[in-house]
Amino acid sequence: MPKPITLKDHYRETRVFARRSVVGLGFVFLLMLVLVARMFYLQVMQYEKYRTMADENRITVEPIAPTRGLIMDRNGTLVADNRPSYAVSIIKEQCPDVDDTIRNIGELITLDEAQIDRFHKRLEQRQRPHTPVALKFKLTEEEIAIIAVNQHRLPGVTLDASLVRHYPWSETLSHAVGYVGRINERELKTLDATDYSATEHVGKTGIEAFYEDQLHGDVGFQTIETDARGRITRVLERTDPAPGQDLMLYLDLPTQIAAAKALDGRRGAVVAIEPETGGVLAFVSIPGFDPNLFVTGIDYKTYKDLQESRAQPLFNRAIQGQYPPGSTIKQIVALAGLYYGVTDWNRSIYDPGFYKLENDNHFYRDWKKWGHGVVNMHQAIVESCDTYFYDLAFKMGVDRIHDFMLPFGFGKRTGIDMPSERPGLIPSRNWKRGALNQPWYPGETLIVGIGQGYMLATPLQLALSAAILANRGKLVKPHMVRNIGGTPVTDAQPPGQIELKDPNNWELTIAAMRAVVHSATGTARGIKEGLTYDIAGKTGTAQVVGIKQDESYDASKLSDWHKDHALFVGFAPVDKPKIAVAVLVENGGGGGSTAAPVARIVMDAYFNSLAQDAISDNQREPATSEQ
Amino acid sequence: MNNDFPYKLDSLRTPVTGRVSLTQAIHVDGPLLGGLLVLVSVGLFVLYSGSSQSMDTIIRQVSRLAIGFSVMLVMAQIPPRTYKRWTPWLYLVGTGLLIAVLVAGAEAKGAQRWLALPGIGRFQPSEVMKLIVPMMVSWYLAERALPPGWRPVLLATLLMLVPTVLIAKQPDLGTSLLIASAGFIALFLSGLSWRFIGGLVVAAVPAAGSLWMVMREYQRQRVLTFLNPEMDRWGAGWNITQSKTAIGSGGLEGKGWLHGTQAHLDFLPESHTDFIIAVLAEEFGLLGVCALLLIYFAIIARGMYIAMNAQDTYSRLVAGAITLTFFVYVFVNIGMVSGILPVVGVPLPLVSYGGTSVVTLMAGFGILMSIQTHRKLVAT
Repeated sequence: MPKPITLKDHYRETRVFARRSVVGLGFVFLLMLVLVARMFYLQVMQYEKYRTMADENRITVEPIAPTRGLIMDRNGTLVADNRPSYAVSIIKEQCPDVDDTIRNIGELITLDEAQIDRFHKRLEQRQRPHTPVALKFKLTEEEIAIIAVNQHRLPGVTLDASLVRHYPWSETLSHAVGYVGRINERELKTLDATDYSATEHVGKTGIEAFYEDQLHGDVGFQTIETDARGRITRVLERTDPAPGQDLMLYLDLPTQIAAAKALDGRRGAVVAIEPETGGVLAFVSIPGFDPNLFVTGIDYKTYKDLQESRAQPLFNRAIQGQYPPGSTIKQIVALAGLYYGVTDWNRSIYDPGFYKLENDNHFYRDWKKWGHGVVNMHQAIVESCDTYFYDLAFKMGVDRIHDFMLPFGFGKRTGIDMPSERPGLIPSRNWKRGALNQPWYPGETLIVGIGQGYMLATPLQLALSAAILANRGKLVKPHMVRNIGGTPVTDAQPPGQIELKDPNNWELTIAAMRAVVHSATGTARGIKEGLTYDIAGKTGTAQVVGIKQDESYDASKLSDWHKDHALFVGFAPVDKPKIAVAVLVENGGGGGSTAAPVARIVMDAYFNSLAQDAISDNQREPATSEQ
Repeated sequence: MNNDFPYKLDSLRTPVTGRVSLTQAIHVDGPLLGGLLVLVSVGLFVLYSGSSQSMDTIIRQVSRLAIGFSVMLVMAQIPPRTYKRWTPWLYLVGTGLLIAVLVAGAEAKGAQRWLALPGIGRFQPSEVMKLIVPMMVSWYLAERALPPGWRPVLLATLLMLVPTVLIAKQPDLGTSLLIASAGFIALFLSGLSWRFIGGLVVAAVPAAGSLWMVMREYQRQRVLTFLNPEMDRWGAGWNITQSKTAIGSGGLEGKGWLHGTQAHLDFLPESHTDFIIAVLAEEFGLLGVCALLLIYFAIIARGMYIAMNAQDTYSRLVAGAITLTFFVYVFVNIGMVSGILPVVGVPLPLVSYGGTSVVTLMAGFGILMSIQTHRKLVAT
């Protein structure tokens, strides 16, 4: 219903519209300039920034972990290798609901709360979207198969393979080889950040820790182009990682197995050394543990059980256990007496079963209640007469014993290529003044003469002293690793020789040690049956608890944890020694009855192993024997 | 019917009795059609790259464009006065459908925007309202003395506010704002007083505050992300950070067709739909963006030319509103992708992959062509 004035307004309306159209078009032009200005800002002024961001988006420098070097025994049998291990992971962006997916996986394979918690923690820590986050490591063959079969209904779930350290001999070598574990925060600070950027494991104990640098290798890098889902679309550049070097040990696996088996069920340690080289042929500490548990992360309860067990399976007795050496050092005290001219092979004493000092009411008892009667030094070693050595030690004084024993490897770290070695202790008047701020009492010298009191030694030190005796004084340094990446370890042998005033005393002492095993009265005569080679040895029985003056030692009355430690040191064959052994059995009772038979088994195993080698060397050109 | 007014005949370029050109006969405006064809062809090239070279996507887009051009042709045949006659009825039906959507609409992604039609499929009433609202405002104002007084302005505002609010409730804030702006453009072109516009700008501040209060959480998140995309680089800000990175890394000349790393390595989200301008900017650089804006400007200039030459107020207002609203889409989309406007989910007209918007846009251009080619038969 237009009013009459509408017609009149027609021109005006047209003019107004035309004006407004021009203004509108002007706005369009202005706003387009705004867009162009914005684009100019982004594409020209900020070009460098966004170019870099685009490149950072797609180009990633990814470190590639080197393959850890293998460890094998002297025959080439692998004792630490790398095996593929599978983990199930979730890519959050590709999975419709993370919690649902975890529930679905939980219905297929077992998942515990801790695993799910750790997954969520890892999920929060990840740095880019579209990266897989591990839910459960170390899947069994069956679990891998179940996940693989059901993968079509689990979007965003992947199976990732990686190489993981494996110890095929489990407990047998746990303390010798050690183990690797996940790098913890403290280690992260000390390790080279670049070199370990792709590495998840680091050597924690044993050979694995000591030779970490050689075993680890050098990290590699690849420059890759990835899409937003983290999928690699192109490899732009690649530097291959250098794998870690393989280690060959001096260790003889058959000997090691025999030693572990001989100790089986008891607590103790066996160390066997090749006297010529110092190479460690057997390195056993029992009980051990399965090192494979530590590789992918041990659960709390298992770890706590291991740590709190009274048998101390995590304790490396061979180099960390410091025990009174007992009578196993008497032959060295004898050499000291000869060296300082305090005694000679013809001098005899009468042993009534005890020794008494003037102005001292204390009875220093012999292990044989009624005494050994008249004994010279040879008999004193063979029968392990305490009274003879009380007398000898008293006449010599503690400082001269200390000075003479040091070169045999006592009282200081031997320098073996293993971490956490303990030094043991050879007391002296100086030491006591410094460490305890007390004067030295003459009675203390007496018990040092029979390897008791303050004196402490590790099984490794005892084996080393036996090796030096076997060498007739030629010094060696114990060594685990024989060659690295095929190159023999050269720093193994420090030059040196213990000089005696009369070199004949080496043979005379060794003859007495031989008689310990081979004579009718020797304390280790029980192991001579069926021997095809000669053994020179010395037994020891070390007190764990002090016996009161009016009491005598009665094993049946003592609890198992208070019984004497049984010890034995020895080497064989006597003329051209190939193996020196130290055996310690905690609370094992008598050295002759308990420790010596273990040494015999170890020696038998080693000579048997050498014979096998000789056969295979003769029969086959390239020795490819592998168990 | 004032056909016999002599000044009317003078203003026509083609005499009534003269030879009628082919384009005139099928009611197509040559320059506008040319501009649209250039735009659509450029768009297909970019889409091919933005869709990871999916021929499948191209074929589907081409068939949609074919439907769009057919709709345009059909719409061009209908004379403007018919549109004018239908406008109030279309408005009533459209508003009714919007109410129906709220009552019985299909829900998708947390919003009710579609109406399920048995046998036909889904239908989005808010899409056709993009055309009907400016038509309705134009229809109403055409009958009034212009420039409009206060009362017609308020009534016209009410007419556009009803569908705006209904669509905002779906909720579809982007579309409702576009529809409101289409109605406002019609008002502006009719000569809305500058004082009123100034008052509107002043009132916008408290309005923005109250809008914030009624916004849904995801809408607020979008605004916050817009204000500071770096705040949440891996989450809500990912889209805008990646699109700015795509645009900026294109530089002056671009990385070359099919060589955009952001788009082809999937860093750029929605690279074939809302964010397609980032693909063009990355691969063809600032020069490519300027070229595209030039094409848009040509189309808009032609639209305004058609509006200025229209013979009645209704046609003028409709043609002007459709043309300028088309620009609003362009501006909002590019502004959003380049980070000067919040992410609102508006496709780049005739370049982004998508069905409904192509048909609506081409229908609008059909109306423009109708206005241009029916002139000699039209009288006020």
